Amino acid sequence: MSTVTDTPTPDSGGLAADTAVAPTRKAGARKLPIALGVLTALLAGILLRSAHSGDTTFQLAAESDFVTLPDIVVPSGPTAWVMVVVCLALTAEAVRRMLAHVRQPGWIPIVFAIAWMTGFLSWAAADGRIRLVSLLGGAVALAIPLVFGALGGVLGERAGVVNIAIEGQLLLGAFAAAITASTTGSPWAGLVAAAVAGALVALVLGLFAITYFVDQVIVGVVLNVLVVGLTNFMFRQVLTPNAESLNSPERLRAFPIPVLGDIPLIGPILFRQTPLVYVLYAVVAIVAYALYRTRWGLRVRAVGEHPKAADTVGIKVNRTRYRTILLAGAIAGLGGAYFSLVSVAGFNREMTGGAGYIALAAVIFGKWDPIRATLAALLFGFATNLQGVLSAIGSPVPSQFMLMLPYLVTILAVAGLVGRSRPPAADGVPYRQQ
Amino acid sequence: MRLVLRGITKRFGSVVANDSISLTVEPGEIHCLLGENGAGKSTLMNVLYGLYKADEGEIELDGEVQHFTGPGDAMAAGIGMVHQHFMLIPVFTVAENVMLGNETTGFAGSLDLEAASTRVTEISERFGFHVNPDALVEDLPVGVQQRVEIIKALSRDAELLVFDEPTAVLTPQETDELMEIMRQLKEAGKAIVFITHKLREVRAVADRITVIRLGKVVGEAEPTASNAELASMMVGRPVELVVHKDEPELGADALVVKDLRVTDLAGHAQVDGLSFTIRAGEILAVAGVQGNGQTELTEALLGLQDDVTGSIVLDGTELVGRSTRQILDAGVGFIPEDRQVDGLVPGFTIAENLMLNRSFRSPFVKNGNLRLGALREFAAEKLKQYDVRARDIDTLAGNLSGGNQQKVVVARELSRDLRLLVAAQPTRGVDVGSIEFIHKQIVATRDSGIPVLVVSTELDEVVALADRIMVLYRGKVVGIVPADTPRETLGLMMTGERPKDLKDVAS
Repeated sequence: MSTVTDTPTPDSGGLAADTAVAPTRKAGARKLPIALGVLTALLAGILLRSAHSGDTTFQLAAESDFVTLPDIVVPSGPTAWVMVVVCLALTAEAVRRMLAHVRQPGWIPIVFAIAWMTGFLSWAAADGRIRLVSLLGGAVALAIPLVFGALGGVLGERAGVVNIAIEGQLLLGAFAAAITASTTGSPWAGLVAAAVAGALVALVLGLFAITYFVDQVIVGVVLNVLVVGLTNFMFRQVLTPNAESLNSPERLRAFPIPVLGDIPLIGPILFRQTPLVYVLYAVVAIVAYALYRTRWGLRVRAVGEHPKAADTVGIKVNRTRYRTILLAGAIAGLGGAYFSLVSVAGFNREMTGGAGYIALAAVIFGKWDPIRATLAALLFGFATNLQGVLSAIGSPVPSQFMLMLPYLVTILAVAGLVGRSRPPAADGVPYRQQ
Repeated sequence: MRLVLRGITKRFGSVVANDSISLTVEPGEIHCLLGENGAGKSTLMNVLYGLYKADEGEIELDGEVQHFTGPGDAMAAGIGMVHQHFMLIPVFTVAENVMLGNETTGFAGSLDLEAASTRVTEISERFGFHVNPDALVEDLPVGVQQRVEIIKALSRDAELLVFDEPTAVLTPQETDELMEIMRQLKEAGKAIVFITHKLREVRAVADRITVIRLGKVVGEAEPTASNAELASMMVGRPVELVVHKDEPELGADALVVKDLRVTDLAGHAQVDGLSFTIRAGEILAVAGVQGNGQTELTEALLGLQDDVTGSIVLDGTELVGRSTRQILDAGVGFIPEDRQVDGLVPGFTIAENLMLNRSFRSPFVKNGNLRLGALREFAAEKLKQYDVRARDIDTLAGNLSGGNQQKVVVARELSRDLRLLVAAQPTRGVDVGSIEFIHKQIVATRDSGIPVLVVSTELDEVVALADRIMVLYRGKVVGIVPADTPRETLGLMMTGERPKDLKDVAS
């Protein structure tokens, strides 16, 4: 297998001839080492071009910790350079594994990401202070709509319906949550309304995509535009004139969980959040378990992979799909409540700002798996929060560049750092019965 | 369980797929439904299985009339079906596939995978299936996948089992094993319906035979009936089952393939170091179970594969590295294995399809403009010459029957000056009458001194056409043997085993 044939192969340059004989010769195997190498070079380049002196303080403790962790103060420049060396070592390891045709383990990119981030932060925040709790805790909060949206996407696609309408579900969810919470005076009622609104968008999607076989991507996009138009109109005509009664909901307050919330570092990041985050934890756990370990999940996956096979064993394909996307819509809608009940109190036009599309990216980055999609959404949330944190401490990076960061991370992620991902076989294919 | 079908009629639009079909199947018997592709066998079984709703007629099981609204009802009533295209989910395990739709669950609908595994193992052991319940279906060989289908039906206590063209995807050995399984099931008192168009198999296992033609029952036959009798009942006229061909008049080496290697996207070698030669005026037939590199081989010959090393020399010209168009212009004719996807544009007319391989230049294109007159004349002539049954040359190719579509492809490919013909599965899904015709055309091509490579997964076709037979297994040549090699030997070779005393024949 590894010997080059004597026969000349016309029309193929040296590179192609080389690679034709290696068993794992495709771009997939090289992707990781190349990406790591480029990122390492980028970090080193930044450090060379504009060296910063001074110390960087990493603050681990929140103000009200039970046990107070000490601050970590490091010299900015040297730390960054140490991290460059760590990154280089990891890159070298990845290259070695590529050449030896060994599988790249998952810890390499994770350790690399931490080292790179540490290096970058100690450079960017020279003479400043990075509050890890607010950096990571804020990331969790910002990721709420993304995670809800991504779960909605995963569920829909696992059942074979492409849910492009996540954006619309989030937006209508935010809208419904604001009105309902204002009129009833209860943010909890707002959450329920958000879920119902999301399901409503999903119902329309289902009607066109499942019952009338319309192209699912097109329906999804049209629904997103429709919801934007609808909520803009209602906002101007109804909400703005009656802002007092219709658009001033009570905000969901952070609710620290006793004991868990007192754990140093982890407590303030994960357990001093709003109730919506705790709902999120539960939803992620339930969806992940149910999809793989219950009859319901088995059937959902079956109709998404091979609907005809499911039909021949007596599963009602389209009914299963309807049910699943209604649930998916409800979950995504719940995420919409974040915008109008958690982030700020009240609805504003187009306040989701494309979060639904980022969630869609998280679905693909997460390979259609609820846990992985959640982690992907958290990554995107982190990128968003990082931008905020860095501009707050006055980092030397231009703010316009930082605003681009979350989307840049999304593109890089989806463009295939993940390696090959396989969608459900019947994703987006309507099922027709004879 | 005793099955009685009474006057089943099923129409699709204006087409009558089943015309008042009546049938009785007794428990403990294997009842063969014999008919050509498109005769309506599968439609009938889909009606029985609740996938289609019959327009007229009734289904009776053990004296009770049934009203199925879906496959779920049919299964509950004790009908199990082994589909031609397996109804298995590739990314699920065997146990998950078997339990799907019939799950044992614990608390809050959680799956009891253990119970399902036990059930699979139980049935598997009872019939000697050797199926691992925890294996992913996509990793299993086709023959084993079929057993999973059978287990699926048995796990639901099916009393009537329908096998829809079960041998189409199997090696001869696997086919024999399946026949044995069917006999075992029969002994266990199950009623079995066996749908096929292969005469050999019918005579091997059938207790009773019902022949269907054009949606109607045309008669019953005894398993002792001869092949010729069965074939003429099936087709409605006497058929030549043997291809008549003279001894080949061999010329010089025309196609010389050396150390050909084709690698797929995942980096696996699908064709792994093939070397062979075809002489002018010779048919080399490639035998093998589907998926052993045949597709990649033919596509590499046509320049349709990206990652090819080695050499393919046709009449002194190297073809590796050339574009498909250059290869076509070098005189290679190609009948692709899937005419619906690669052979025709279904939305084009017959005439337009006939010019697809000459869409750049004369005789049909001049200065970038179509010469419609020349095309129409040509198409009308070919329609007649190749006996394409269509209203006219403006009929859409997609509206033709399988046999007529294939004749259009054959007409197009043979209407140029060829130096090589590559025919992949030339008669798959084609009626017996058209098979006869297409085989004659292929033999005529060879007799005119053109080297021919035929790829077929049907051993009958390989044996009928070949001057020499090349058996492929996992992308490698098992052997190149004479056309009169016994079927048993060929079958063995298709599983990758090479008989010790086997000698390759040079051309």
